[in-house]
Amino acid sequence: MPALKDEMLPIRADSDIVLVRQAARSWSIDAGFSLVEQTKMVTAASELARNTLVYGGGGTVRLEALEENGRRGLRLTFEDRGPGIPDLELALRDGFSTGTGLGLGLSGSRRLVNEFSIESQRGEGTRVVIARWR
Amino acid sequence: MEGTKIPEVIERHQTALLDDWMKQQLAASTLRSDLLPSAELREQSREFLELLRQASRQAGSTDVAAPAWQPLRDMLTRVSRSRGEQGFSPSETATFVFSFKQPLFSRLAEAYGGDAKGLAWDTWLATAILDQLGLFTTEVHQKAREAVIMRQQQEMLELSTPVVKVWDGVLALPLIGTLDSARTQVVMESLLQRIVETGAEVAIIDITGVATVDTLVAQHLIKTITAARLMGADCIVSGIRPQIAATIVHLGVDLTGVVTKASLADALTHALQRVGVSVNGRPARA
Amino acid sequence: MERIPILKMGDFLLVTIQVDMHDRLAMTLQDDLTERISRTGAHGVLIDISSLEIVDSFIGRMLANIAGMARVLDAATVVVGMQPAVAITLVELGLELPGVRTALDVDKGMRVLRHALGRPTPQEADAGAEG
Ligand SMILES: Nc1ncnc2c1ncn2[C@@H]1O[C@H](COP(=O)(O)OP(=O)(O)O)[C@@H](O)[C@H]1O
Ligand SMILES: [Mg+2]
Repeated sequence: MPALKDEMLPIRADSDIVLVRQAARSWSIDAGFSLVEQTKMVTAASELARNTLVYGGGGTVRLEALEENGRRGLRLTFEDRGPGIPDLELALRDGFSTGTGLGLGLSGSRRLVNEFSIESQRGEGTRVVIARWR
Repeated sequence: MEGTKIPEVIERHQTALLDDWMKQQLAASTLRSDLLPSAELREQSREFLELLRQASRQAGSTDVAAPAWQPLRDMLTRVSRSRGEQGFSPSETATFVFSFKQPLFSRLAEAYGGDAKGLAWDTWLATAILDQLGLFTTEVHQKAREAVIMRQQQEMLELSTPVVKVWDGVLALPLIGTLDSARTQVVMESLLQRIVETGAEVAIIDITGVATVDTLVAQHLIKTITAARLMGADCIVSGIRPQIAATIVHLGVDLTGVVTKASLADALTHALQRVGVSVNGRPARA
Repeated sequence: MERIPILKMGDFLLVTIQVDMHDRLAMTLQDDLTERISRTGAHGVLIDISSLEIVDSFIGRMLANIAGMARVLDAATVVVGMQPAVAITLVELGLELPGVRTALDVDKGMRVLRHALGRPTPQEADAGAEG
């Protein structure tokens, strides 16, 4: 299903994470999300953008406004060409972190959205796709 | 679409087709010039024609759900949504699409001359496409209406949520009836909102009137209590009946750290002490 | 460099976070606060997050770290004004900030701090003087 609108943003610095949050907010508002729904989407975006920067060495996020059967939604795709995740199951566990984080970014953002998928190739990079529907 | 002249006919006669179609729409008894100025109608018709031309050139079949038809479907989604808001009925919106049949059929007849078989085939194709598109506008219309109704139901639900301020700094939420997961979520969100509005530091969630709880509802309850704590308010759950207590334990839901009281009265006493009101004499216990 | 201001009120420190902080700014705040607690001997820290539209695991960790370090330096911390949508989301994310005191607003936060430090509130002190 093609998107109604889409945009790509770079994630290369701390300040880009702030910009990703702002974009996720305004696209969530455009999708007609309630305040709680917006907050969940923006929080998930913040977590994943930080992973892209910190662990993926930088990358991009693509925002897509969706519409299916009269329902509106928002899809975010985070992509990097970093080292990849060797054990996805482990990385998705609450509290697992190879860095100094709380290990809630992946597991927590999965709980905040309706759709969550992750693909990772060792040495090639990581792609995380999330979506929320009204 | 093999062997069709539709794209070519639209291309060759685009302006004339638009004029014919406009003339017909303006003359129709279903015209709603009160709702839609004719300049806007002309613009919508022009855009429809252009997107139909592009789609019929690219499309491999008459299945309007295919990607080639997406731009046209998007345009019709916009049109039927805005018409819905303007007060058009679903059939009036569908008529916009159906009314294009006649001008198109006349031009097709012209293009085929004596080739009756060719004309029949293309008339069939055009009918299939326009019928699907007309129905599509009705569906969008209906979905938009359903969304409005759902929103209204949601609002009703919020209104029917009886968060009461029982004392300065104390809210009570007497829950009654069946708690499904959707209702619990709405109720809980409005409780948290009321906590902010009233500055209440204690909220009593009384479930005396609740018949059963399932895992999801129990979890919502716990999450709400945790969220309230993050905001700086304490919740007390009162009126947990034996069966529900058994269910909660059976489901393995962890109530550690949640203050529970047998009755609303007990909860109230606890709450008032918590906000610093001295209570003379405990309420009588049976 | 951009910094979040820290106000001193008696022996309490007050921080009002009003901007969408980037990660480095949050780290700077954490360092600045611990440094100020130890330099001033403050016994209470009040962090007002009522303007924050989200708290993710990074900011959550910062709040927990501040509370933890303050405790080591003999100061109590209270986080005030978390919005309902933020709290709901934080719980879903899996963060409950167990070691952090909370209050609905700055006034109530001050009361929580005084209480935590075993000091009477002004009203309680007045009542005591009259009786
Ligand atoms: N884009 C990525 N590239 C490589 N590794 C990643 C990426 N995202 C997450 N990871 C790995 O998954 C672990 C868990 O991530 P997360 O749940 O966000 O926790 P945290 O960020 O606190 O470490 C990270 O510690 C890291 O090892
Ligand atoms: Mg992370």
